[in-house]
Amino acid sequence: MGMFVVKRVLLMIPTLLAISLVAFLVITLPPGDYIDRLVLEASLDGDYITAAEAEGLRKIYGLDKSVLAQYFDWIWKMVVHGDLGRSFSYELPVEELIWDRLGMTTLLSLCSMVFIWTVAIPVGIFSAVRKYSLGDYVATFLGFIGLAVPNFLLALVLMYVSFRYFGQNVGGLFSPDYVNAPWSFARVGDLMAHIWIPMIVLGTAGTASVIRTIRANLLDELHRPYVVTARAKGMPEHWVLTKYPVRHALNPFVSSLNELFVQIVSGSTIVSIVLGLQTTGPLLFDALRQEDMYLAAALIMFLSFLTVIGTLFSDILLAWLDPRIRRQFNNGGL
Amino acid sequence: MKPMINVTDLSVSFSGDDGKVTALDNISFSIPEGKTVCLVGESGCGKSVTAKALLRILDNHAAIESGRIDYTQMSGEPLNLAEGPAKAKHIRAIQGNEISMIYQEPMTSLSPLYTIGNQIVEVLRWHTNLSNDEAKFQAIEMLRLVGIPSAADRFDSYTFELSGGMRQRAMIAMALICNPRLLIADEPTTALDVTTQAIILDLMRDLQKTRNMSMLFITHDLGVVADIADEVVIMYLGNVVEQGPVEQILTNPQHPYTKGLLASLPHTDGKRRARLNAIPGVVPSLQNRPKGCPFQDRCDHFVTGLCNEKLPELTAISDVQSVRCHGFGAQADLVPLHASTSQVDDCLHAPNPVNRTAAPILELQNVSKHFPIRSGFFNRQTGTVRSLNDVSLNIWRGETLGLVGESGCGKSTLGQTIIGLHKATTGKVLFRPNEEEVELTGKTDSQLRPYWADIRMVFQDPNSSLNPRMAVYDIIAEVLRVGQELKTRKDIEGRVLEVLDKIGFSKEFLKRYPHAFSGGQRQRIGIARALAPYPKVIIADEAVSALDVSVQAQILNLLKDLQEELNLTYLFISHDLSVVAHISDRVAVMYAGRIVELADTETIFNTPRHPYTEALMSAILEPVPNAHGDDTRIRLQGNVPDPANLPKGCPFAPRCRYSSGICESSDPALGEISTDHLLACHHPDVVQNTPVDQLEAMAG
Repeated sequence: MGMFVVKRVLLMIPTLLAISLVAFLVITLPPGDYIDRLVLEASLDGDYITAAEAEGLRKIYGLDKSVLAQYFDWIWKMVVHGDLGRSFSYELPVEELIWDRLGMTTLLSLCSMVFIWTVAIPVGIFSAVRKYSLGDYVATFLGFIGLAVPNFLLALVLMYVSFRYFGQNVGGLFSPDYVNAPWSFARVGDLMAHIWIPMIVLGTAGTASVIRTIRANLLDELHRPYVVTARAKGMPEHWVLTKYPVRHALNPFVSSLNELFVQIVSGSTIVSIVLGLQTTGPLLFDALRQEDMYLAAALIMFLSFLTVIGTLFSDILLAWLDPRIRRQFNNGGL
Repeated sequence: MKPMINVTDLSVSFSGDDGKVTALDNISFSIPEGKTVCLVGESGCGKSVTAKALLRILDNHAAIESGRIDYTQMSGEPLNLAEGPAKAKHIRAIQGNEISMIYQEPMTSLSPLYTIGNQIVEVLRWHTNLSNDEAKFQAIEMLRLVGIPSAADRFDSYTFELSGGMRQRAMIAMALICNPRLLIADEPTTALDVTTQAIILDLMRDLQKTRNMSMLFITHDLGVVADIADEVVIMYLGNVVEQGPVEQILTNPQHPYTKGLLASLPHTDGKRRARLNAIPGVVPSLQNRPKGCPFQDRCDHFVTGLCNEKLPELTAISDVQSVRCHGFGAQADLVPLHASTSQVDDCLHAPNPVNRTAAPILELQNVSKHFPIRSGFFNRQTGTVRSLNDVSLNIWRGETLGLVGESGCGKSTLGQTIIGLHKATTGKVLFRPNEEEVELTGKTDSQLRPYWADIRMVFQDPNSSLNPRMAVYDIIAEVLRVGQELKTRKDIEGRVLEVLDKIGFSKEFLKRYPHAFSGGQRQRIGIARALAPYPKVIIADEAVSALDVSVQAQILNLLKDLQEELNLTYLFISHDLSVVAHISDRVAVMYAGRIVELADTETIFNTPRHPYTEALMSAILEPVPNAHGDDTRIRLQGNVPDPANLPKGCPFAPRCRYSSGICESSDPALGEISTDHLLACHHPDVVQNTPVDQLEAMAG
């Protein structure tokens, strides 16, 4: 098991390097760069930047070198100095911009995950055990609605409802007073008061699909011989269910945890823009529009990093849950 | 004898999309204290439903309609188990405690996610007040009692870390942990090798004796019945059709179904070439239960106006035996039960005309198949699974070669290596379809493709070897479309109809999908698919193992007929020795990936020379009561060696009762000891020459 974790962590290094390279190349792929953009904007404002000035700027920003040289510069500074480059449009070091945002994204995604689990797992179990009951139909119906309604629409509706009927301004993750305040209990409380809307919005689609997954998995397991064996031991039914089929049904769910996480992270951009959230989504969106290459590359890289860690986490969880997989790990397979 | 459980007029129904159907129809029987009652019948006859009803663990769609299950509790108080909700507290107090159950497939009946110990201790937790340590102690004691070596370590093992026999022992330990008074065993040895089966049956018999436990033993294997039963209850389509003491049922069966079951069994003795007297047809589905006698459409003695009108009563024909047939009771004179049946002795198959002087159609020369084991950080090869070791074998045109051995001996690997599904590591496979000689080894798949029409496979499980989304026509036509000879649609259609006719299917079955057929019919489709491209050799890998005895007999007859008609060559792989004895001209015995003995069928079954063959043959259970009274059967301890870790010397030596110094140091080569009799043993005469009393001393 320890061996497995070490192996996987070591494998992450080439994976991350590959991701960083791809991220950087993708950003630099479109024709033109930030300086071209500055020239264009200046000319729109009636201002004027000469070609020589532009070249000078390129030199300052290091944009005159080849793409690979820029990439290696960037990586080198990152590894040695922890310097992620400078955001052109914000005129700030990238690291000052993204940590908060990454933290918020992680927090929001984790909250959504927990929301999904706490709602979907019990409902899924209920749906399977009481197959074709009224409750199953209601859960299925609501689940399909959850799947079908676009997230941003749900966000708008929830915003409207809470503003119109509860008089609460729910945009953003903080009330205006707390946006730039230092961390305190009050600020955490304010965050909690705001985070539930994006959490629900981001969680609905996931909840619906997890209900379906759990239901289908559990229906497969409910009639397995080991369930009959457990029942024949004279245990109460709820104990039989939770110890045996439910535990088995969680397996495929756990192995797909990471996909769920990716869905939440990448699906949150539009919702974040609509709700005005201080997460990575809107920042990345702007960075891409403005060809703010270091900012965009760093964001893409760290988001990918999150997913890689998520994969590792769900694999370890799976091994912990399932002795068969643990054995494969120990035997050096996988 | 005081009955422990009395089942009276018990009826169980299943509700489904088409409404309610009767699964058990007023069945009555009782289980005496300390005795074993065997429930016998083919699949779909209601054996497992009966067991589940007794323990009140029926599936959700099944319900007890009426009847009583009178059980005398440990405390002496009577209790009707059929009454009240299945999940009631007083029922749960009985489940797993006073009545417990073991199942056919311990691999699926135990959860792989919890340790054996956890699943055993759990029973104690619900039924006793023992502390964790005490419970663990008792569980380990129980594991020791059922013969699991180093029980304390195995307590923390998972199911997939144990062999089949050990898993079944763990299951038995789990069932017995609370000292039940009744043990229900649902086909507990069906999934095991014959050698392991013998040991598990011994174990169950011993445990029963020392605990004065009653057993309800469900099986379709009449050999097992003869071995373990005191009383037998024969079931057909949810009815009890005959019941009585085991001697009566097996030696003096009265109901046509009981007789038919016995007649369907392949024989290992002199009659083995006889065509099997298979019961025609299959057990109807519950939806199609006929009015009147359930067995009417398969019965030779059917009388119109009686059998299809009225369900016969269960009639006592002696103090102990009763039969549900119109041939007995009030209207007995209407049913000519003792008139001759279709059993005709002159349909003995002539021995297949095999010309062994010609070049064999398949020739294996020193074939080995080794799989690498990779592990560690860089996936280096750290070991080798030696599945096949130096196998040489000739199969002549028109003969049937049986291949036997315990599971894990490399039988299936051999079949798959011949046709190139596995590429042989070393050695040659030569194939002579006509005059020319082809070397199959060393060919790529695309080069092999033309020969895959000549050598075809029939698989064990017709459910998973037929594509459920293809109609019968397409399943068979598919193999013709990839072939070369038949080009036009019309040719292909003609050929499909031809093979369907061969397997006894009519035209209207063409457009149906596999799920519309019974297991036996599906296996016929599998055979038709194998036959379609005019093959010369058919490799049948456990082709009848998943079928009921009556259907198995039908398929065996079909295979024999096809062989005579088309001069087919069969390689017949099976763990069921009596089936192999029935169909084979010669038999090869495999152990640890090599052939240890090869001779004609009579020699292998009557005068085996290899100790392993001897042990296998002695584990066959004949359906003759008390045949094993003075039991000299060989109990083969231990397991087939791990092909990744074969012992030095003769691989059978660790389990061989004759082994001596040389066996542990050198591996005997396969050599000819007489004409057409090959043997790999350092002591070729030891099996014949060791007198019985000396064996008993060795066993003691």
